[in-house]
Amino acid sequence: MAWFKRQRQNITTETPPKDNLPDGLWEKCPQCGEIMHKKQVETNLWTCIKCNNHFRIGSAEYFAILIDEGTFKEYDKKMRSADPLKFEDTKKYTQRIENTIKATGLLDAVRTGTGKLMGRDVVIGCMDFKFIGGSMGSVVGEKLARATHRALKGKMPLIIISSSGGARMMEGALSLMQMAKTSARLAQLADAKIPFISVLTDPTTGGTTASYAMLGDVIIAEPNALIGFAGPRVIKQTIGRDLPEGFQRAEFVLDHGFVDTISHRKELKQTISNFLDFLQVKKG
Amino acid sequence: MAKTILDFEKPIIELEEKLAEMKRASDGLEIDGEIAVIETKVRQLKENIYHSLTRWQKVQLARHPDRPYTLDYIYNITDNFVEMHGDRNFGDDKAVVCGLAKIGDFKVMIIGQQKGRDTKSNLYRNFGMPNPEGYRKALRLMKLAEKFGLPVVTLLDTPGAFPGLEAEERGQAEAIARNLLEMARLKVPIVVVIIGEGASGGALGMGVGDRILMLENAWYSVISPESCSSILWRSWDFKEQAAEALKLTAEDLLPLKVIDRIIPEPLGGAHKDHTKMAEILKSALLEELANLVKIKPDKLVDARIEKFAGIGEYQE
Ligand SMILES: [Zn+2]
Repeated sequence: MAWFKRQRQNITTETPPKDNLPDGLWEKCPQCGEIMHKKQVETNLWTCIKCNNHFRIGSAEYFAILIDEGTFKEYDKKMRSADPLKFEDTKKYTQRIENTIKATGLLDAVRTGTGKLMGRDVVIGCMDFKFIGGSMGSVVGEKLARATHRALKGKMPLIIISSSGGARMMEGALSLMQMAKTSARLAQLADAKIPFISVLTDPTTGGTTASYAMLGDVIIAEPNALIGFAGPRVIKQTIGRDLPEGFQRAEFVLDHGFVDTISHRKELKQTISNFLDFLQVKKG
Repeated sequence: MAKTILDFEKPIIELEEKLAEMKRASDGLEIDGEIAVIETKVRQLKENIYHSLTRWQKVQLARHPDRPYTLDYIYNITDNFVEMHGDRNFGDDKAVVCGLAKIGDFKVMIIGQQKGRDTKSNLYRNFGMPNPEGYRKALRLMKLAEKFGLPVVTLLDTPGAFPGLEAEERGQAEAIARNLLEMARLKVPIVVVIIGEGASGGALGMGVGDRILMLENAWYSVISPESCSSILWRSWDFKEQAAEALKLTAEDLLPLKVIDRIIPEPLGGAHKDHTKMAEILKSALLEELANLVKIKPDKLVDARIEKFAGIGEYQE
């Protein structure tokens, strides 16, 4: 609370109220309750200054964090969902997509592109959890498969940052097939000995984990990210007892041997760069 | 013959029983005409019912407890089957059956997800829900098949990968993901058959191949109708609607290119005649294998990868 107290002595107009934070300039850490100014959260790369809790962020933030300024070029900027099944639950899929596009300013749950990471050319994809839970349908699968293919053709390392609840129900078996599609393209990348770095953020579950997210040459997780196949609620129902503390969190998954390392978001760019320094693409 | 009778099967069973009763009682009586009338009625009723099944009714047929499972097909289709166990790492998953076998003149590695028929065998088979070691056993034996140039046949029939605590600890997601990547580049032919339930990643984890066949009354989707109902409708009561919305039948999936071929079932479903069903599937497998073994391994892999890369619909 040191920073906050200091500020309170000087600034009276921005004093945060105890519980509700109406002026939108203050954020409360959902984990430890620390109240921080938005600017401060941002300079801390959307992590809590007190408890290191990593807040969920999207592709715009990750591209800003990882890609050298002014070098990012986006691929397939206009791709958006069709409605192959004419899917309707309590709402039409087309309506759900329309509403989500309006609310988020995004066209689907992943953005891909190329840019430089500490001077190196890379291909990068990043999922957006706020777009229908980061769910993978045809657009996510196609954009990632194309990005992988571009990494292959251009002999550039591939980085994918995942945050996803899994495959998208509203495209049925087509969503399921995106798992096979992205994995098939990654097989070609692996055969060509081009590195693939998979970054797992909170949460990475379901069909996303069971395909590209778990196929990295290097798998990096953010602290405390939920990582798994089945969701905790389903597992709890299946086994009929409470889940152990920390179950399916990044540290647990590291202990069980399924990620290489955990990196604080402030060190993520350097961590990736270090790996790429060792895992170089042989040109020509 | 069926021990379990589904709701929509009842009128047929009732008429068939009436017919049998009349035949027994007809000794010396002049009622052949009446019997013929009922026989025609039964046939028409069957055709009406089975040619206009809803998607949910097909899901019920796919789960019919008398439906043939992996081992039934192995016994009825293959010769010289020798089962192989274990992933050489953790254990032997009983929800997955693997082994070498002959289908006609083809020596193959056959791999299938196996359900049980009663409580005891279902506990033994974990209701056909594989653990990570099941996927890893399948992969180990696919690599063995590759080493010796044997085609792989996989039979999918699972309500899903097991959502248990230990399954997570042992990397259920990694096991499935690894299979997707390795099956994509396996240098021998792979024929996949969805014989019953093709539930999500649990099925797909053994489902990447050159030719994807699907039985007429099987289902294949990203989620079960029940779970879809509970998530999107926030209630378990909309499974029929969810089944309709998910478009999970063979007929739905052929135009979407998710599957390549529909395997017809005997009238009334595979459970009505295991032997006939096995014959139909065997002749389809012989055809598919004969075509695939002619293709050079590198071309086969390229075509397989492009096939999956081409699945999906979007706008640009
Ligand atoms: Zn905090």
